[in-house]
Amino acid sequence: MHASLVVSGLRKVYEGSGRRVEAVRDLTFTVDAGELVCLVGPSGCGKTTLLKCMAGLLAPTSGEVLLGGRRVSGPPPGMAFVFQEYGRSLFPWMRVGENVELPLRQKKLGRARRGELVADALESVGLADAAGAYPWQLSGGMQQRVAIARALAYEPEVLLMDEPFAAVDAQTRADLEDLVRRLWRERGITVLFVTHDIDEAVYLGERVLVLSASPTVVQEQLKVDLPAERDQLHTRVSPRFAELRTRVYEQIQAAKRGEPAVEDVPPPR
Amino acid sequence: MNPTSPRGGGPCGRAVNAALGAAGLAAFLALGEAVPRLGLVEERFFPPTSRIARALVDEFADRAFWTDLGDTLTGWALGLAIAVGAGIVAGVVVSVVPYLREATASTIEFLRPIPSVALIPLAVLLYGTELRSVLLLVVYASFWQVLVQVMYGVRDVDPVAEETARSYGLGTWARIRHVLWPTALPYVMTGVRLAAAVALILTVTAELVIGAPGLGARIAVAQTSQAVPELYALIVVTGLLGLLINVGARSVERYALAWHQSVRGEVTV
Repeated sequence: MHASLVVSGLRKVYEGSGRRVEAVRDLTFTVDAGELVCLVGPSGCGKTTLLKCMAGLLAPTSGEVLLGGRRVSGPPPGMAFVFQEYGRSLFPWMRVGENVELPLRQKKLGRARRGELVADALESVGLADAAGAYPWQLSGGMQQRVAIARALAYEPEVLLMDEPFAAVDAQTRADLEDLVRRLWRERGITVLFVTHDIDEAVYLGERVLVLSASPTVVQEQLKVDLPAERDQLHTRVSPRFAELRTRVYEQIQAAKRGEPAVEDVPPPR
Repeated sequence: MNPTSPRGGGPCGRAVNAALGAAGLAAFLALGEAVPRLGLVEERFFPPTSRIARALVDEFADRAFWTDLGDTLTGWALGLAIAVGAGIVAGVVVSVVPYLREATASTIEFLRPIPSVALIPLAVLLYGTELRSVLLLVVYASFWQVLVQVMYGVRDVDPVAEETARSYGLGTWARIRHVLWPTALPYVMTGVRLAAAVALILTVTAELVIGAPGLGARIAVAQTSQAVPELYALIVVTGLLGLLINVGARSVERYALAWHQSVRGEVTV
């Protein structure tokens, strides 16, 4: 269940009605197998475009994405996507259990195996008894947990998350961040987590990739050398956390001004 | 997991509404009794309510009435079934196949407003007074109601839901079944309800004008034999049919769309 993700020379240009928009210019980076990488960048920098190209939902103009060495040309079976808009990503006409099970039915898994995976995934996100409810009967945070459970049950090698917690309240968000850390450590899935929240990126990631403003390139890569055991109370007040977030913040400000990477603070890499 | 609360007033408000409705109907029937009795209109053309009610009871006792009612319902149900089936298939195909909607839009806009009754001479030429004559008119009129609603419904598919389905490897057919169809279902239901009403109108019209066996033909016979109370009784029957059809369609709708916002009402989270 381990696969690396390689993005090389990725470029995406949208063409339509006489306008050409270069959303992503030239992106190259690697997410190692079993790594949790956070991607931050100024708003409108093409994060969603990048993620959709990686997920095989959009065809890049040039360059390629490799998942476990295989070129991505359509949605790959070993990849799951968690969207920001959980309310629209879950199907309101299906119960929670059915929502989680649907991708497994497409995988042609047997009924018993599907039942196991659904129960296990819902248990993992703390919603073991919500299988019979409809998504719209749940709170926003619970709905996003269901979307995460659906991704887990799919048994992906790589999990792509597109600003998944941007629309939930702060406390729920903290809980969900800890959930993602825990699931990543338990299951060893490769995770690429896109966010616009610097604190979230530093708290969650083993590494933070900072993107430049559009047309997008990688502005900076930063190793997060915080201990593996993190908690909301202590990690966030540690001096190292403050240094790292300052560093990321400066990089993003530089990216917004269109400057090259800031070099003054020595980052341990 | 909070339960949904039904929309509208409580049981108390509903009882008051039902009482008001019954009172209104009683007043209307009483007016229908009083106006001809007071000599405000000629009783020959406008028999009092009680006389119509007696004629209705006589109709119910007549076996030929039930045969005619059966013929009307057969024409209605068959025509509606064909129109709904064809409308759904055509609507999905036109919407899913690229460029087909653009290519067919103008033709549909031309054919749709043609009043079905304008096809009566054609129907008679082709099929005489057979059931097929009735079906031609009924299907033509109801088909567009369904088709147009299905096309609206398909356009309503949420791009996030569609991308979610694609990212989990759902193929075209699975996406039609699990995403497009449930999304379009509320529109389909509206189309079916409208088509059911139109189909009844056209069934009775066809029988009345062409003379195909059914309630319409029976009304024509009552007219030529100057049986005015019977004429009114039969009109009442067609009205009751329309009412039953609408109530039936609405309860099917509520059952099939229990998950939908319009039915489930406000959710308290």
